[in-house]
Amino acid sequence: MTIRLRTFATLALLLAAPAAAQTASPPPATPPQSTEEGGLSGAVSDDSDWQNLGIAIPAFATNAEVPTQTSAGNTTALGFAMAGIITANLQNNGLFKPTGPTSLPRPALGQIQAPDYGTWSSRGAEMLVHGFVRAEAGGQITVGCYLYDVALQQNLAKAGWTVPPAEWRRAAHKCADMVYSRLSGENPFFDSRIAYIAETGPKDRRLKRLAIMDSDGANHRYLTTGQTIALTPRYSPDYKSILYLSYYNGNPRIFIYNLETSSQRLLLQSRDPLFAPRWSPDGKWVLYSVARAGNTDIYKMPAAGGDPVKLTDSPGIDIGGSFSPDGSRIVFESDRSGSQQVYIMNADGTGQKRISFFGGRAATPEWSPRGDQIAFTHIAGNFRIAVMDPGGANLRYLTDSWQDEAPTWAPNGRVIQFFRTARGSGKTGIWQVDLTGRNERKLETPVDGSDPAWGPLRP
Amino acid sequence: MNASPRFATLAVMLAGSLALSACATKAPKQLPPDPGAGVGTNSSQGAMQGAAPGSQADFVAQMMGQDTIYFDTDKYNIDGADQAALQAQAAWLNRYPAKRITLEGHCDERGTREYNLALGERRANAAKNYLASLGVDPARITTVSYGKERPVALESTEEAWARNRRAVTVTID
Repeated sequence: MTIRLRTFATLALLLAAPAAAQTASPPPATPPQSTEEGGLSGAVSDDSDWQNLGIAIPAFATNAEVPTQTSAGNTTALGFAMAGIITANLQNNGLFKPTGPTSLPRPALGQIQAPDYGTWSSRGAEMLVHGFVRAEAGGQITVGCYLYDVALQQNLAKAGWTVPPAEWRRAAHKCADMVYSRLSGENPFFDSRIAYIAETGPKDRRLKRLAIMDSDGANHRYLTTGQTIALTPRYSPDYKSILYLSYYNGNPRIFIYNLETSSQRLLLQSRDPLFAPRWSPDGKWVLYSVARAGNTDIYKMPAAGGDPVKLTDSPGIDIGGSFSPDGSRIVFESDRSGSQQVYIMNADGTGQKRISFFGGRAATPEWSPRGDQIAFTHIAGNFRIAVMDPGGANLRYLTDSWQDEAPTWAPNGRVIQFFRTARGSGKTGIWQVDLTGRNERKLETPVDGSDPAWGPLRP
Repeated sequence: MNASPRFATLAVMLAGSLALSACATKAPKQLPPDPGAGVGTNSSQGAMQGAAPGSQADFVAQMMGQDTIYFDTDKYNIDGADQAALQAQAAWLNRYPAKRITLEGHCDERGTREYNLALGERRANAAKNYLASLGVDPARITTVSYGKERPVALESTEEAWARNRRAVTVTID
């Protein structure tokens, strides 16, 4: 299933008469460009200056109120829903103070490209997001998105997309990504998905199901029934499949779930338990861990099948692993020193060395997609999510709760999700925190959730 | 070293209290589709008087709690109490040489999920190796780790965690 996202060089075309737009030949399909690359690098800045950046996001206008095939309703309702999604996205990362469509006047179509700055200035908005939606013949939806600086009375960014009706929320995420990138200097991340384990039932008989959802929890879907314990999913970089651990047939083995065919197969046949599957950033390799006679080691094999390569050979438990973004190195977990600690090796298994020296135990390392940080679980009393640089220096805690574990990075390396277990009840939930550690919130899921695995920005 | 608490007495009481309602059960290989307010996967439940010799129910009844051995935090060594339990298991297994067993390795909740899967496997293997040293053919023994996914004690206390760090021997009927 390919998603068509067209970027239009000029949005003026979209606002012209529908007939004109229809006769225009479709422009080449290219991803919307992010307005700036890079942004912050190395140390994370203090975000306090951003806290009061007020952004007004009124309902998107439409050229005609007509029914759509989207779940949002007609074009008027769709325009309202678009602005609501963008508001929620921007609200949840601590950089902005967005005001959404429920408390703002709806602009007319003609104002989308010529904002009434006076109105927004008097409401105290510093930034303004405008947009429109239009139903195309054939059911597709065209969405235009504009960011204005109210004080400068200037357009800062604009983009447009035509999406199938079932993918309408993606246009809102793309618009939020445009605004986020332009204002923060960071790479986008809202248009992405999360695989996780949905949990229900009592503590001693938890039902654990593989599930997927958008980065904001929408489009939630269960992939397995719960008849079999499912754990530790990882989205492939192209979003076409998911690696995960299943107790299908009673023993832990690694399966590849194909999302295009809704079928699954064993990663490889084994008489021994297999744990902790991981993709390489290019999707060509799979890391996994094998327990043989009680001794666990890390292997890699080509994702398409082929001979496994044994990467570790210590008498302790070596498990997990996360590639550096360039694929040249792997950070992993080992108890060869007597307790769980974080180690780094080259992607061929050479040059293994410990990098965590903080006291306590250090587990579940995950390399940031930006390459500059490693997130992990630090265990010293409580289980806390922490980051360090790849040399093992500059430990910083992001959370402090009874049991937080298994961090996963947003595609832009700016936000981390993890799961939190409640003392006593054992109830779990997926939480999100930004790199400052200040902005922590629970992700709403239909039932309890654990083992979040954040995929890359969608292609 | 011998800090692992023993729960033989508790197990016997539990088994007795459940005897009226219980059929012989063992830890299910897979979670049931719709969990209700059920009891745990305590292997000692369901022991009945007069169980068929050589059955799992007979094994549980005969072991009186010694079908399970316990471990210290992050450890997988077989201590004195574990040795006694495994010797009792080996004696039973030697009486029924056709019986196969599954050794389930478990951990407490105070560990990360994947590491606990590996640690549970290590515990199950330690028990397997000790049984083998007592003359039980290792080909009769399979191991499976549930990590921290299948606690029997539900509180978040030191005592509950001690009860969950275990290897349970389940005979295959």
